[in-house]
Amino acid sequence: MTDLPSLPPAKRLGLVIDLDTCVGCHACAINCKEWNAGGAATMSDLKPYDRAPDGVWFNRVHGFEVGAGASGRTVYFPRSCLHCEDAACVTVCPTGASFKREEDGIVLVDEDLCIGCKLCSWACPYGAREYDLDAGVMRKCTLCVDRIYDQALDERDRVPACVRTCPASARHFGDLGDPSSDVSRLVAERGGYDLMPEMGYGPTNKYLPPRPRRDGSADGGTAALEPSGAPEGKFLQWVDRLFTR
Amino acid sequence: MHPAYSIIIFTAASGAGYGQVIALALAALAGRPADGAVLSGFIAAFCLVGAGLLASTFHLGRPGRAWRAFSQWRTSWLSREALLALATYAIAGGFAWAWLAHPAGDPLLVGLALAAAVAAALTVVCTAMIYASLKPIPAWRNGWVVPVYLALGLASGAAWLAVLDHLFGVGGPFIGRLTAAALAVAIALKLAYWRHIDAPRDGPTPETATGLGALGQVRLLDAPHTAANFVMKEMGYRIAREHGQALRRLALWGGLAPALALTGLATLGADAMTASAALLAAVLTSVGVTIERWLFFAEARHAAMLYYGTTYV
Repeated sequence: MTDLPSLPPAKRLGLVIDLDTCVGCHACAINCKEWNAGGAATMSDLKPYDRAPDGVWFNRVHGFEVGAGASGRTVYFPRSCLHCEDAACVTVCPTGASFKREEDGIVLVDEDLCIGCKLCSWACPYGAREYDLDAGVMRKCTLCVDRIYDQALDERDRVPACVRTCPASARHFGDLGDPSSDVSRLVAERGGYDLMPEMGYGPTNKYLPPRPRRDGSADGGTAALEPSGAPEGKFLQWVDRLFTR
Repeated sequence: MHPAYSIIIFTAASGAGYGQVIALALAALAGRPADGAVLSGFIAAFCLVGAGLLASTFHLGRPGRAWRAFSQWRTSWLSREALLALATYAIAGGFAWAWLAHPAGDPLLVGLALAAAVAAALTVVCTAMIYASLKPIPAWRNGWVVPVYLALGLASGAAWLAVLDHLFGVGGPFIGRLTAAALAVAIALKLAYWRHIDAPRDGPTPETATGLGALGQVRLLDAPHTAANFVMKEMGYRIAREHGQALRRLALWGGLAPALALTGLATLGADAMTASAALLAAVLTSVGVTIERWLFFAEARHAAMLYYGTTYV
């Protein structure tokens, strides 16, 4: 049913993504695709060796340039479903295929009910939902609901595939509704924030901002790397002054 | 937003069909007896709505399951529209029968005519609300969208009813005047909508979308993929401002405005000349609506594009 759960979910499972540590390697995106496309589920992969490949990915990694000049920085930005509290993608769905779980707040697509009308993707401001041309249904991040509860897996593997594989430890998984959980403490320490909060969707996933530079300077001490006009050494500097008069 | 032809045909055709139901209801309430043009009008309305609904299924990935779309009326405008479309068919069918079987002023006829008009109008409202309720598309978040859909639906539907009236030689100027009024209102509303979306608005930005605004201006450096994906193809369609302006002028001066003038002319008599004027007016109205609907999608931007290099939504 595409009503949102009437009570707040018991747990608010989600991800915390550290934009300070992410190096843009795409391991998370690739592991996600491998996990979700490898078994019974499919993720379309059309014309992969052609000029215009297309396909479904649940996680996409953007690179942004923030600021300008010496204080500018490159920030790599993984983007996937934020499992919002007030998910419009759930309420607009006409068939009940899109739903938010009551026990842990994970937003999922029931692919047996989905008619592929794409309205949920229009309702998502984060571009988290993609249409699978092969299957004719909408697909999105499942927060690896098939991994996190699977007792057959090793305990440390019972996290989403993207979290498990990140080599920079830039992705964290846990219960953001529990203030004492590791992820909640991380968010509180680092000032984790919502994306596009003005939309009012109440995303569960939080992003950690890049940390300020360690030496406190805006440019990371790169000013010292700039070649100075004057030559080194007092004698040569005197000679330089002599000839510039 | 990518203007899908199936959606444009759906909203334009079904809008016209529901407009015809409303126009017929108004004619019945004004005391017109049922005649050949009225009967043809009902058939045209049912065919237009049916064709529109059929066209909309071409947009679906799994049209065989489309029947499931009736279930989520509590939260989904699309679901509400599906239910109301069904209800309008039933009520309008009852209205048609009542008009043929009962004299003017009969309470059953009056009741069913009103109910049919309301049901048809509500169905168009639901269609428009599917779009107007979407927060990530600021261009649609205003009070003009719903009235424009209603006015253009009424205008395009009534325009073709006027053609039928001329064909059968019945009905008088009532439908023609209704068409003219609807066109005039629609043009005014559409101009207001365009002025509204042209005005600068305080929407989301790449800075709020990424939350990195505190560090400075945010620009896309590395796209996440080298070819377009579904999100870019569906939401990333953009039309250059000049082209949008040119198409607006075409919809107005090549479609709706001449249609208004011709409709006015057509009400002046009931001969071959006025019949031709009515036919041309109907064609131009439909052309104008189609261009307007295409622009409605093409000129709208989606917030998800802020992650893909767009800076203003």
